[in-house]
Amino acid sequence: MAEESKFKLSKRDRLHVFWRSQFLQASWNFERMQNIGWAYAMIPALKKMYTSKEDRSLALKRHLEFFNTHPYLAAPVLGVTLTLEEQKASGQDIDNAAIQGVKIGMMGPLAGVGDPIFWGTIRPVLGAFAASLALSESWLGPIIFFLAWNIIRMAFLWYSQELGYVQGGNITQNLAGGLMQKLTQGASVLGMFILGVLVPRWTSMHFPLVMSRVDVPADEMVNFGAVAEAANEGVLSGDMLRGVVQEIQSGLSITPVEVTTLQNTLDELLPGIAPLMLTLACVWLLRRKVSPITIIAGLFVLGTLGYVVGLLG
Amino acid sequence: MDIISIVLVVFVAFLAGMEGILDQFQFHQPIVACTLIGLATGNPTQGLLLGGTLQLIALGWMNIGAAVAPDAALASVASAILVTYHGAGVSEGIALAIPLAIAGQVLTIFVRTLTVAIAHAADRKATEGSFRAVEFYHIGALMIQGLRIAIPAAIILAVSPQLVTNALNAIPGWLTGGLAVAGGMIVAVGYAMVINMMATPKLWLFFALGFALSAIGELNLIAMGIIGVVLALLYLQFAPEFNQGGGGGNTSGGDPLDDILNDY
Repeated sequence: MAEESKFKLSKRDRLHVFWRSQFLQASWNFERMQNIGWAYAMIPALKKMYTSKEDRSLALKRHLEFFNTHPYLAAPVLGVTLTLEEQKASGQDIDNAAIQGVKIGMMGPLAGVGDPIFWGTIRPVLGAFAASLALSESWLGPIIFFLAWNIIRMAFLWYSQELGYVQGGNITQNLAGGLMQKLTQGASVLGMFILGVLVPRWTSMHFPLVMSRVDVPADEMVNFGAVAEAANEGVLSGDMLRGVVQEIQSGLSITPVEVTTLQNTLDELLPGIAPLMLTLACVWLLRRKVSPITIIAGLFVLGTLGYVVGLLG
Repeated sequence: MDIISIVLVVFVAFLAGMEGILDQFQFHQPIVACTLIGLATGNPTQGLLLGGTLQLIALGWMNIGAAVAPDAALASVASAILVTYHGAGVSEGIALAIPLAIAGQVLTIFVRTLTVAIAHAADRKATEGSFRAVEFYHIGALMIQGLRIAIPAAIILAVSPQLVTNALNAIPGWLTGGLAVAGGMIVAVGYAMVINMMATPKLWLFFALGFALSAIGELNLIAMGIIGVVLALLYLQFAPEFNQGGGGGNTSGGDPLDDILNDY
């Protein structure tokens, strides 16, 4: 074979790979998972590197092997693989096993980093924030969610792919080691903190069940009767109304019977205790391998029963 | 409803179906999908409200490894059509979203099995060195994932509104009330799924702190976010696993408090 000059991918080629990497999971299958998607992303580069039918066939087969990681963390692996393929195309002796080894070696640790950062922290935090805007009928909710997510995602895909491309094999230590672990831990701290905030705020559980009814003594209640009488006789004065407001502010009851519901009792104990217990129970069930759908179905039954007997409302 | 709306709804459904597998642009997330369907059917506010509520429920639905989560795409698209086009209530939409999410999950598992055959077909074309054929199969599989949501959406659109209204009215009051109550509770499952993935004994501390602070209504989510980021940065600075040897030369000499802490 003729002496080949060292092969270099242009930025345009790498942008092409970046764009295609977004379709990594399109043909996700239970056998080799992201394999075709991976080959699909590599094709713009492979096309430039290999021109003969045999070379192309070998290259395709090499990249149709099993691959599965977090869809965004595939980007740095792509970057590293591009470098390796570049060297191989320039005539260096890099065999299939080496390329496959890099892919397999990186995908596991990186998936473990991507899941808590993207699915565990950024999407729930961003989603919850956007949902709170949407529930107050603000259009900013979906707009912020969509823009923020895609800016973060695309920036990550491009820069981590470039990092992988420039650093080559060294990146594995950097990513799986210090930097990524810090990022994962930091994201998890933020995520868990926000979840702690969200659980009591947005799980709606209300217990209208009446625990006690106590008649309020006449002298602890605002005397609305007198006000009504005065109003009917046309002698209602500003001072009288002011007096009523002051009485309310000083804590006099405005109803003749003081009703305590189960909800009031729970709120006195600790606000949000019921959603907390519910969430912890769900975590407990999930740890015992109960599927989320089973838990959801169970909650539907519980909620309906609770509503029918008047415990929940 | 005019033809343009129908085409738009089916198009959004198709996008959501593709995103249900790609998980990149997030067109399948309720807050995006329901809002878009609401815009297409001319009932945007209902779509927005449904999207916001469903988003909270679907927070924890994520595909990890080879495990397939409940499907947000079909749940958001189908229930958004029922609410914004057929006139169901938002709480009814939520209740219907759950069985729809399971149906969508079954459908995507079916397609993901079907694509095994596509992978083998791609292998054959790879032997011939045909880039074009491999690309064709890849995009073809994506189209099937899009149709997975677009076809059910078209069917739900085609059902006469009268039929939907009758069916919804036939649901007894105790059931709708009960489902609404349950809908408020199932948000907890999503939270639990995220917690289950991330929680380590140390991280529970931050969960507890967040829970305690959430009672202070004046602190809105942005304020909470700031507190959370500060906590995360402080944690990274002080946690021993990031300050001892390990990477080598990481132990900072500049921080006396740090050195004292490390001595213990």
